[in-house]
Amino acid sequence: MAGSKDFVNRRIHSLLGVIPIGVFLVQHLVVNHFATRGVDDFNAAAHFMESLPFRIFLETFVIYLPLLFHAVFGLYITFQAKNNVSRYGYFRNAMFLVQRVTGVITLIFIAWHVWETRVQAALGHEVNFSMMEDILSSPFMVAFYLVGVLSAVFHFANGLWSFFVSWGLTVSPRSQKISTYVTMGVFVALAIVSVRTIFAFI
Amino acid sequence: MSTKMVKFVISRQDNPESAPYLEEFEIPHRPNMNVISALMEIRRNPVNAKGDATTPVTWEMGCLEEVCGACSMVINGKPRQSCTALVDQLEQPIRLEPMKTFPVVRDLAIDRSRMFDALKRVKAWIPIDGTYDLGPGPRMPETKRQWAYELSKCMTCGVCLEACPNVNSKSDFIGPAPLSQVRLFNAHPTGEMNKEERLNAIMDDGGLASCGNSQNCVQSCPKGIPLTTSIAALNRDTSFQAFKNFFGSDR
Repeated sequence: MAGSKDFVNRRIHSLLGVIPIGVFLVQHLVVNHFATRGVDDFNAAAHFMESLPFRIFLETFVIYLPLLFHAVFGLYITFQAKNNVSRYGYFRNAMFLVQRVTGVITLIFIAWHVWETRVQAALGHEVNFSMMEDILSSPFMVAFYLVGVLSAVFHFANGLWSFFVSWGLTVSPRSQKISTYVTMGVFVALAIVSVRTIFAFI
Repeated sequence: MSTKMVKFVISRQDNPESAPYLEEFEIPHRPNMNVISALMEIRRNPVNAKGDATTPVTWEMGCLEEVCGACSMVINGKPRQSCTALVDQLEQPIRLEPMKTFPVVRDLAIDRSRMFDALKRVKAWIPIDGTYDLGPGPRMPETKRQWAYELSKCMTCGVCLEACPNVNSKSDFIGPAPLSQVRLFNAHPTGEMNKEERLNAIMDDGGLASCGNSQNCVQSCPKGIPLTTSIAALNRDTSFQAFKNFFGSDR
């Protein structure tokens, strides 16, 4: 094998977070942003995504399996750490903790989100603008979606930073610093896209 | 004449299995004293702050100039060497604890064997022994020697392991120090000849991949070793090594 089981699992975990899950996340947020252009545009975009050929295979290999691996192995990594931010309050150590916290929040959110949308679609409900409008009619769900989506976006952006380190792309302190700024820029950009989308349904 | 006193709160433990407890000490202040000279004072006169006779506090020390790494302990919450911890620069009461990432032998003395085992595991040496004289090895460029020298300052003190959130009883991570030594020996022109062996050693369980990039190590290292740069550089090297191992290569 290329390394021990643990080495390969960690590297695959890191890779899957960006490709395909990160790519899917960006695509998902961008397509949903059609909601800001009105009901018809969103429904047309959602319908286009729904009617992609080989949909179930695309979903299985681009979303379900990578996400399942990333989630299960991510939980294992999370509970192996003994966080010590109170004693070592350095920026990266805080990000280390936030990465784990947002990962767990994102997992809970995604489980609920998949149940509410994809599973309902499989049970015969139509996924469209009014479905999201219904879900987001409760202030609690608006808060839940805001926290969930922002966690996911942060987890992706900061995960991108550690992906660059874990694969040896950013080695020097300076490159890692620039990468921090770039990935936090990614976070802000995706946060704007997702918050605008959520408020378009209200 | 009243003498200025220095207050210590020391975490003590009578043997590896017993429960730790706190004991307070007050000792007379002397100019320029460090934590070790204070501990020596307690050893001279083992009486705690209540005035009761007690056992002298056990700790480890060697060079007394921050190059051996033996006297590391947690001082006011931060792991560091007690020889360079000057009492006048510390907030009182000065709290001393052992680095609990390691097995506690007694009081402040810990067993750092796991670090030396890790150095053996990653083959942190250059094999040159043989049955005949191999002659001089390849020359090392001076610029490379300069940064490699920084890595060679590691004294296996254990501070980076103590600061790392991923080095704990739930994980088998060997910690930052031995990883950086792999980069040191792989940088050496003769050591480079066995580069693959060392890379494969840190690609094993509990090796390089267990790093979670909290970067506490580089913030805490008393020698200012660029540990996270070493780790990232090794991440790059093992990326290539993994592909070579998997697909085969002409080396």
